[in-house]
Amino acid sequence: MTLSERQSLLYIDRIFLHERTGSVALNGLLERDRSVRRREHAFCTMDHIVDTRPGRGDETLMPSGRDFIVATRHAAHETGIQLFDIADADQGIVHVISPELGIALPGLTLVCPDSHTCTLGGLGALAWGVGSTEAEHALATSTLRVTRPQTMRVTYTGELASGVTAKDLILFTIRELSAAGGAGYAIEFAGSAVEALSVEARLTLCNMTTELSAFTGLIAPDQKVLEYCMGRRYAPQDAVWEHASGYWQSLRSDEGANFDCEQLMDIDSLKPQLSWGTSPQHCIDWNGTIPQPADASDEDQATAWSRAQRYMEVRGGSRLADYPIDAAFIGSCTNSRLSDLRDAAAYLQRTGSRVAKGVKALCVPGSGQVKRAAEAEGLHEVFLHAGFEWREPGCSMCFFAGGESLGDGVRVISTTNRNFEGRQGLRVKTHIASPLTTVASACAGYLTADTPL
Amino acid sequence: MPFTRHTGVAAPLVRPNIDTDTIIPSREMRTVSRSGLAAGLFAPWRYSDPDTRTENPHFVLNQGAFRQASILLAGANFGCGSSREHAVWALVESGFRVIIAPSFATIFRNNAQRNGLLTIELDGDDIERLVQWVSDDPETCPLSVDLEACTVRHDPEQQVVEFSIEPVAREMLLSGLDEIGMTEQSLHHIDAFEAQDRVKRPWVYLGQA
Ligand code: SF4
Repeated sequence: MTLSERQSLLYIDRIFLHERTGSVALNGLLERDRSVRRREHAFCTMDHIVDTRPGRGDETLMPSGRDFIVATRHAAHETGIQLFDIADADQGIVHVISPELGIALPGLTLVCPDSHTCTLGGLGALAWGVGSTEAEHALATSTLRVTRPQTMRVTYTGELASGVTAKDLILFTIRELSAAGGAGYAIEFAGSAVEALSVEARLTLCNMTTELSAFTGLIAPDQKVLEYCMGRRYAPQDAVWEHASGYWQSLRSDEGANFDCEQLMDIDSLKPQLSWGTSPQHCIDWNGTIPQPADASDEDQATAWSRAQRYMEVRGGSRLADYPIDAAFIGSCTNSRLSDLRDAAAYLQRTGSRVAKGVKALCVPGSGQVKRAAEAEGLHEVFLHAGFEWREPGCSMCFFAGGESLGDGVRVISTTNRNFEGRQGLRVKTHIASPLTTVASACAGYLTADTPL
Repeated sequence: MPFTRHTGVAAPLVRPNIDTDTIIPSREMRTVSRSGLAAGLFAPWRYSDPDTRTENPHFVLNQGAFRQASILLAGANFGCGSSREHAVWALVESGFRVIIAPSFATIFRNNAQRNGLLTIELDGDDIERLVQWVSDDPETCPLSVDLEACTVRHDPEQQVVEFSIEPVAREMLLSGLDEIGMTEQSLHHIDAFEAQDRVKRPWVYLGQA
């Protein structure tokens, strides 16, 4: 339904909530005596605040964390929506379990009060992050008032070299287009390198479109996506599956479609990317040189670089390998799926290396399903043997909320998506990278993507 | 609350990419509610030690008249990062009614609109002018924002900057309408849409028909 030239009332097919922001939306509804219009289309998980240490319960290290958990459970029961509670076999990070359970599917509209909801564009879903008040609107009316975004297509030419991953691809894209480069756009990722990505890698690529400030990102669904979705718990079956999969295959941009903006990027010689600063756009080739503020293109950039370098305690002109690390973190909605854990574990097995002395290393699977699948393959033993902790599923140390942290002011290599000041703890210096680069650095004890094949 | 006109002290914080983790860090979101957030606003910059709330004297909102600021002059891509609406709630609870920046992150702008916080996009040069107007004497040189006329005025100098804003957003702010209530007027359209859509996309509808 059209509301104005640029605004429409869009039907929202799925709503996902988590205990951090979802509880506020559900409470808002209850306080105003409103109900969830279609309970069967709304889901909730515990991922942000819940502890990831083995043997966990409702208690968490985050101050007042328990209140969020209890309030969410209460609100989910009151409103009658499906909750993946702490002990549920399918509990996990919202953007990991949503495709895993077939809650997100190609062509569906899905919102969640969480900015990384764009992850699900990897399946060809139209999924985006909203605020708590918008989530309340979607819960109460099954719709949202949406201003139509502009369209951008990013087409990659060339193929990813071996050892270079979807994470490197998206970091490079942010580095090229800037952290504000996607503002106001829905971005389609295209090109043979994208088609060659596994579905899990596509989720990683789309995950960080929010770091471009884009409305969302997506990839046209293909045969791989259909195979991925088939048989999942909330996916259609039998005749409806046939109907749905036929429809999904029609979801692609027309030949010669017009985009408001087209970007071409050659990625044949792309190298593993590592961040040096406090914005995801502060990335360089892993063996490159950290830029000098004197070389910035304008004064604003120079100031931003100096600020970032002061916070990160790195010098312009130096190399990342000059910096020893204190901790390594594998996890988050960006890189905690089975293929990510396999990548990292394969490196450990291939090189026989262990985590360097003095480095605290953690591996946090994204969901109960990922954890069980990884354990069935023995990956947990590989991680444990190398000196990693093996955790219960959740967001864990991807963000700091006053609870558990890797230590005050430490330097961390992390497979997460945000390297903002304080994101992983007070004064913590976060370098973001792929699981492969992270495990290589954890074993070397300094920042490196030197990964002998 | 409806927004028509507002006059107040404007504080310059013209840095690009001010993210919502900085506006309100996760550790400052301590309760399952929309309030109790003002003390955590800009905590990483406002306090030299967030735990003891020791103020950082170099931060603009800790300085003189800027403590009473209700208008913020900011850099591009304001409100990027996490979707937390708490960033808007913290600003509103701290008395802010208007944020002026060259651009805003989409989720932040949507959240602001739904909480009566006006976001105005002006280009960098215009913002520089505003910064110059207010920096000399913020107390006697407040800015006046008029949403009906779409202007930002600086009275002592008799200067005016015009801005444009999406018409639907402007209407919503002017009327202060509850958006959910507005949409509920269209529930019969939504029911009719579902009846048709169920035939076209049956897999969307979980549970019984
Ligand atoms: S893993 Fe990190 S980025 Fe992803 S949803 Fe959780 S806190 Fe957010």
